Amino acid sequence: MNRTVALWLAVGWVGFALLPWYAIEDGFWSFVWLDGFPTDADYAPGIVQAMGHGRLWFLPIGLALVAPFAVLWRDKTTPSFAFVLQAAGIFGLAYTVVQGFAIGIQGWEYGFLVTLFGEFGDRQFGMGYGALLTSAAFLFLLTRGMAARGIVKGDVFVVGSIGGVISLVVAFIVFPISRILVSAVQDNDENYAPALFFGKFLSTKIWGIDCLTSNVGCGVAWNSLVMGILVGAGTAALGLAFALVATRTGFRAKKLLRVLTVLPIITPPFVIGLAVILLFGRSGAISTFLEWSWGIEPSRWIYGLPGIWFAQMLAFTPIAFLVMIGVVEGVSPSMEEAALTLRADNWKTFTTVTLPLMRPGLANAFLIGFIESIADFGNPLVLGGNYDVLSTEIFFAIVGAQNDQGQAAVLAIVLLSFTLSAFYAQRRWLGQKSYATVTGKGDSGVHILLPKRLKWLVFGTVLPWSVLTAIIYCMIMFGGFVKTWGFDHSLTLMHYIEAFSVTTSEFGLVWSGAAWNSFWTTLEIAAISAPLTAAMGLLTAYILVRQRFVGKDAFEFGTMLSFAIPGTVIGISYILAFNVPPLELTGTGVILVICFVFRNMPVGVRAGVAAMSQIDENLDEASLTLGANSFLTLRKVVLPLLRPAIVAALVFSFVRAMTAISAVIFLVSAEYDMATSYIIGRVENGDFGLAISYSSVLIVVMLSAILVIQLVVGKRQLGRRDPEQFSAQRSAA
Amino acid sequence: MTVESKAAAVRFDNVTKAYGDVVAVRELCFTVEAGKLVTLLGPSGCGKTTTLRLIAGLEMATTGAVFIGDEDVTRLAATERDVSMVFQSYALFPHMTVMENVAYGLKISRLPKDEVESKANEGLALVGLAGYGERLPSELSGGQQQRVAVARALVLEPQVLLFDEPLSNLDAKLRRRVRDEIRELQQNLGLTSVYVTHDQEEALAVSDRIIVMNEAIIAQEGTPRDLYEWPADKFVADFIGDANLISGEIVDINGETARVAFGGVELVLPHRDMSKGEVGVAIRPNAVKVSTEPIDGPSINGTIGKAAYLGGHMEYTIETAVGQLFVITTDVLHPVVRDAAVHIGFANHGVSIVGNDVEPTHDDGK
Repeated sequence: MNRTVALWLAVGWVGFALLPWYAIEDGFWSFVWLDGFPTDADYAPGIVQAMGHGRLWFLPIGLALVAPFAVLWRDKTTPSFAFVLQAAGIFGLAYTVVQGFAIGIQGWEYGFLVTLFGEFGDRQFGMGYGALLTSAAFLFLLTRGMAARGIVKGDVFVVGSIGGVISLVVAFIVFPISRILVSAVQDNDENYAPALFFGKFLSTKIWGIDCLTSNVGCGVAWNSLVMGILVGAGTAALGLAFALVATRTGFRAKKLLRVLTVLPIITPPFVIGLAVILLFGRSGAISTFLEWSWGIEPSRWIYGLPGIWFAQMLAFTPIAFLVMIGVVEGVSPSMEEAALTLRADNWKTFTTVTLPLMRPGLANAFLIGFIESIADFGNPLVLGGNYDVLSTEIFFAIVGAQNDQGQAAVLAIVLLSFTLSAFYAQRRWLGQKSYATVTGKGDSGVHILLPKRLKWLVFGTVLPWSVLTAIIYCMIMFGGFVKTWGFDHSLTLMHYIEAFSVTTSEFGLVWSGAAWNSFWTTLEIAAISAPLTAAMGLLTAYILVRQRFVGKDAFEFGTMLSFAIPGTVIGISYILAFNVPPLELTGTGVILVICFVFRNMPVGVRAGVAAMSQIDENLDEASLTLGANSFLTLRKVVLPLLRPAIVAALVFSFVRAMTAISAVIFLVSAEYDMATSYIIGRVENGDFGLAISYSSVLIVVMLSAILVIQLVVGKRQLGRRDPEQFSAQRSAA
Repeated sequence: MTVESKAAAVRFDNVTKAYGDVVAVRELCFTVEAGKLVTLLGPSGCGKTTTLRLIAGLEMATTGAVFIGDEDVTRLAATERDVSMVFQSYALFPHMTVMENVAYGLKISRLPKDEVESKANEGLALVGLAGYGERLPSELSGGQQQRVAVARALVLEPQVLLFDEPLSNLDAKLRRRVRDEIRELQQNLGLTSVYVTHDQEEALAVSDRIIVMNEAIIAQEGTPRDLYEWPADKFVADFIGDANLISGEIVDINGETARVAFGGVELVLPHRDMSKGEVGVAIRPNAVKVSTEPIDGPSINGTIGKAAYLGGHMEYTIETAVGQLFVITTDVLHPVVRDAAVHIGFANHGVSIVGNDVEPTHDDGK
């Protein structure tokens, strides 16, 4: 008997014959269905639906679950084994999905089905446990059949993993995004309306260039592009300056600069915007000071492009810094020494050798800054004023008075095409043009110091900027202790009490503060999604680094894609895709978890790819030839060696889930409100005190989480393992 | 309890492995008899490592069939084949002790705990590392790590044991010792072993039989002596030991032998199924006699181009009518100086007819 086939057949039958086929309205973990099970039409499993409720369209699914019994005892090398499993798997999966889409809440979902088959007397809701288990069973029976044909060296676990990852990416990235495309060419009653699409797509609201000739604002697409380019260029330049100070000067407080790199990870991006308002807003600290000392009338100049640019520069420069440190250190010292021996002075060496070698790195930093900037939602929301950009317009199209899904979809397509072009350029163009000069051979040279004039220029930029950053973070930390910013600067704890008070009553502790609800939800969702994200990311990384198969390039592109999809686009696409059967998820906590897992997956993938490329592939192969299958190999050999990467992926996805706002703001519900969307809501009501004190609490929580974990992991690494030996083994190969 | 052998034969039946358009090995047919050590020898990129990985199941054949014993394993994954491998980089798990490394495969096979322990100890003793169990691989020298890798593969009593250039990370002196140890172990335990190397001396020293590969196909297979003395073509002649490759002509065939003419002399050599006409002649450097005096028998004239004294022997480069000849003599007491005119004679041994084309002949694997 084949164990894998038996296992998935059992799972399939449990899903089809034992568990409720449809989703339970009261939530994924609710057990109300036990009452009235298994005959109640809402809670009945598939087989009962077919026999007892006349839902005969379930019968073919049962048929596809019977077929694999024919080969259960067959040897896996017989051709019929692979054939039957693949046929049953493909048919079952396709049929389950098609029936889910075809029959909806109002019977047939599509007009042509009505004309083809006549009106349909029944209807169905979203899929539940039963449908999910059955689909999973079909998927893995299919991959088992493919493995039997020798695909990916006949490795059952790897083929199954690839199938699983592809299915999930299709379901939660490709499908929602394609729903945007569909929505864009529909009117709000879901009729096909291409003319409407072109009207919206070409409207002056998006592409207008009136601002060049008159006083009217330009189209939002131009606004986003201008903002992205300015921020990309600014962060790349500033990042380079920081990197040069950190690596090429005798600057003493280098360690302090490194702290900068942690900041963007733990700061929700809009918090910077908030602090900027507290400084430069009409009642901001600096504005007030200028009025007092020079009599300059405070104005709203900060609201608009200057403010957004300034806030995003503060928020994203550390990311560019992180990129540029690698680039600057990657320039081989011996290249520079060669130039020096060829009679170039420091200045000539820097401009003719060092800088040209860093060109691809600069372009990379620019593109990352560009993508981050136009995808950013929080800063334009709090600082935008009349300067409309794509990411916020998408939001207002759907939550505002207009509630125009088509308009939101069109805007999303424009935004998506910008980010995807940048992402594509980054991968194709830079991927081939990297001047990585680190060779892995010992390079004992010493980097040249910066030429004098450049040094002063760099310090002149970096030091004031650092001071500014420090002030901004002081504002965030202490702004919450002031009664009303700009008017009444008396110290108070009232904002903290309002948000985080705990009172005792006859029932024990009562979390009476206004923030507790969203705070606990945030922690819970982040804690659930972090291990899932890490697992998904590392499994994908394992497949990418260690396996070769047809279509791997497309697979890699698909898994990294969500990095380039702005959060607002994900948010709107999730609403469009998961509001109706077969997957009804909006308003649940599950959709938040799923959103985080697939938004943050690229982080885990990258951490995993970087770490796994350090581990000699022969280690895996040795384990395989010693009789361990690839699952055991992954568990006993690869994962133990990956421990630091696992922790990094865990921390990253946890923290990113806590700081995310753009996608989340579409997906939160009264029951599942997240900290960031709660804070944004307070900001819109002008309640800065509570917003800023909540933000500072979030930052402190995340910072301590990171520190604790680094302390624990750092100790472990110092133990008996010698990280050097991995690289030694690698270079010996 | 002892480490035993369940040696089985390995058979390749028309195996081809292609990566897209690139063919790594083409239509391979060969058999490795049970209990023998066969070496896959060839320059880098010839397909020898791919062949080894095809046996292990780390690569899957594009077409053709692989047999271990009587079983067709073509579609079986590495995990499911009873084969272990010693890797070039040793591939010792750095997070496990020596003992955990050696016991890894035994534990995976779900052997009882005491058996795992005794077999692992047995394996370590076999390679002379008893008492090193608690160390980490990083705490051992290169040679010791190598032996741990061998022990780890041995204790599973595989049907076939594979070695992928196991000595290339060791220094020259250690290489010879470990080489002899591996051969001794293999012979004592009667293991079927397939050994990959690009070092022809190593191949000659350890093998029962050698399969020489070039450009994805088998150039020649045979015992070490066969290959050295009767290379099938110019490639094999040049790859195994040095050889001067010149062109000659078969003027007459008589029974097993042929008369071959080159540079005005005629030698009688085994014809090796060549027909009359142009052929190649491979002359080993030590099969050439050099003398300033006239020599008995067929000889040609030459001029010494370079002469080097290497302690144990002399090396000459001699310009002749048939081209440059590279010559080694053990006569270090009477060196011939540069530019001297010499007579050149040929030994009975070490001169052979090879195919004229550089394209190796296809070997059908018998």
